[in-house]
Amino acid sequence: MTSHKLRKVDVIFSPYSVAPYKILKDTMQRDKNEVIQELIDSGLRGRGGAGFPTGLKWKFAAAEKSDIKYIICNADEGEPGTFKDRKLLVEVPRKVFSGMAICAWVTGSTKGYIYLRREYRYLIPKLKEELALYEKHAKEFDLDFSIEIFLGAGAYVCGEETALIESMEGKRGEPRNKPPYPIQDGFLGKPTIVNNVETFASSTMVFRYGAKEYIKLGTDDQHGSKLFSISGDSPKEGVYELELGMRLDEFAEEFGDGDTKAVQVGGVAGFCIPRKNFKDTIIGEGNTTGGSTMIFNSTRSMYNVLHNYLEFYAEESCGQCTPCRVGTQQLLKGIEAVKNGTKPPQYLDNLIKLSETMKLTSKCGLGQSVTNSFSSIVNNFREEILF
Amino acid sequence: MAEVKELVKKLSKKYGKTRENLIPVLQGIVDEENCLSKAAMREVAQEMDISAAEVYGTASFFSFLNTKEDGKYKIRVCKSITCDMKGKQELIKVMEDMLKVKLGETTQGKRFSLLETNCIGLCDKGPAMLINDEFFTELTPEKVREILGDYIRNKY
Ligand SMILES: Cc1cc2nc3c(=O)[nH]c(=O)nc-3n(C[C@H](O)[C@H](O)[C@H](O)COP(=O)(O)O)c2cc1C
Ligand code: SF4
Ligand code: FES
Repeated sequence: MTSHKLRKVDVIFSPYSVAPYKILKDTMQRDKNEVIQELIDSGLRGRGGAGFPTGLKWKFAAAEKSDIKYIICNADEGEPGTFKDRKLLVEVPRKVFSGMAICAWVTGSTKGYIYLRREYRYLIPKLKEELALYEKHAKEFDLDFSIEIFLGAGAYVCGEETALIESMEGKRGEPRNKPPYPIQDGFLGKPTIVNNVETFASSTMVFRYGAKEYIKLGTDDQHGSKLFSISGDSPKEGVYELELGMRLDEFAEEFGDGDTKAVQVGGVAGFCIPRKNFKDTIIGEGNTTGGSTMIFNSTRSMYNVLHNYLEFYAEESCGQCTPCRVGTQQLLKGIEAVKNGTKPPQYLDNLIKLSETMKLTSKCGLGQSVTNSFSSIVNNFREEILF
Repeated sequence: MAEVKELVKKLSKKYGKTRENLIPVLQGIVDEENCLSKAAMREVAQEMDISAAEVYGTASFFSFLNTKEDGKYKIRVCKSITCDMKGKQELIKVMEDMLKVKLGETTQGKRFSLLETNCIGLCDKGPAMLINDEFFTELTPEKVREILGDYIRNKY
């Protein structure tokens, strides 16, 4: 485990010092395999939560043979505590579109979509203006790749890539079994690359600076800079771009209010880290890379926090598989029963086991990740759940 | 009835009649009619050549494709954790008093629906809410009184 001092950097949100469409143009002069290799060498991993190496995804997609391939920019951003994709689409949309276009060029795709969550509908007018500008450049560069907005209809689970595709096909947003993965069998049965908004913006910056420079940021395990959405008990709430690999104690010192009791790292799907473990926790290693960080101070009841999370899960579970549909409800009822004394304290251990079973048996990341926050809160704040 | 038919025809012409255009078509209906009536869903099914049950199945999955008529102005208050910590409950009380409805209900005359929603991506400026497609942040009871008062006076 390597770590380094907390450092704010200015890569993704840097002003357009080199115009993103110039980066697109320059990149298109290069050899495609070399471009993919550069992305692999940069160590960039998906910024949507699962952390799959982006260069590899593009490489596999490029190798697929198909009459048409799709590229989808995942802007469904529904994880509580996450708002960085919104900021990217407002402030640096050209970096996002440029990343999509480079991806299209190396993989041979002609059609792209931005899957925008319904709650962000107010962003559409500006985005359309920006898309018109993009189309102008694409024409100039002789690039046959158009981008359209697909507006979601309000369901957190549709951020999961296969549920997202189902909903684009006009169906209920229920996740599919994987494999096959979208790069083989995606939208309308065609090879489809789904990447997060930040992943596309970051890939543009990889081509701007080159893998050698980019990889200098971060640690051996997590490369580059990352956007963190910071909210909760913090005097500095907002989106910050930080080098990956800082320790949580430094993070809490910088962003907390001096009375930080716990930090939720990686959103509701991530882990709740208590103060005593701040020193041993490195952000970006072992926890998810979505970038939602919620800070709780000592006045907060961790029972209320967990109850709020479980309500979220119970509502957003698509209900397709039993462990998740029933499990989320049982966990919620379970902690209520322990709180009001109708179940003994030891019942919490059964509930932890249940959440672990959900991890093994649920179909998608939603049901699989409930145990992360559930176990970390129950194990670290047991008294607060009981009394 | 005839109007719904026209609307569905217009929308399916605009977006296309194949299944992957279902959600944009349904969204277009909700924008115009404020909800998806049974008649509208049947019309869509016929136009797109799928069963009405399929249309309903898709619609019922999504919180923005409501099949029951609710208020013209849908107030969606974020109830996720950080907005909750920053006092969304008090805001709801204020609005319940002003609109004389309980959370989840619609006012007489179907002007306003008071709803809760999960995180709307405005957490650094919580508590936050949406009224239809407009967003409001850093809410306080005073601010809510002002905003809602304005809606009641000017858009009633
Ligand atoms: C329940 C659930 C919700 C998700 N929501 C999002 C989301 O809002 N945005 C996103 O980019 N990825 C989300 N993901 C991850 C996607 O499935 C997928 O891994 C990601 O879009 C791939 O892009 P990346 O490699 O660039 O991260 C979600 C996953 C799950 C299981
Ligand atoms: S784990 Fe939950 S959200 Fe995922 S498919 Fe199963 S029921 Fe649906
Ligand atoms: S928690 Fe309310 S907007 Fe995110």
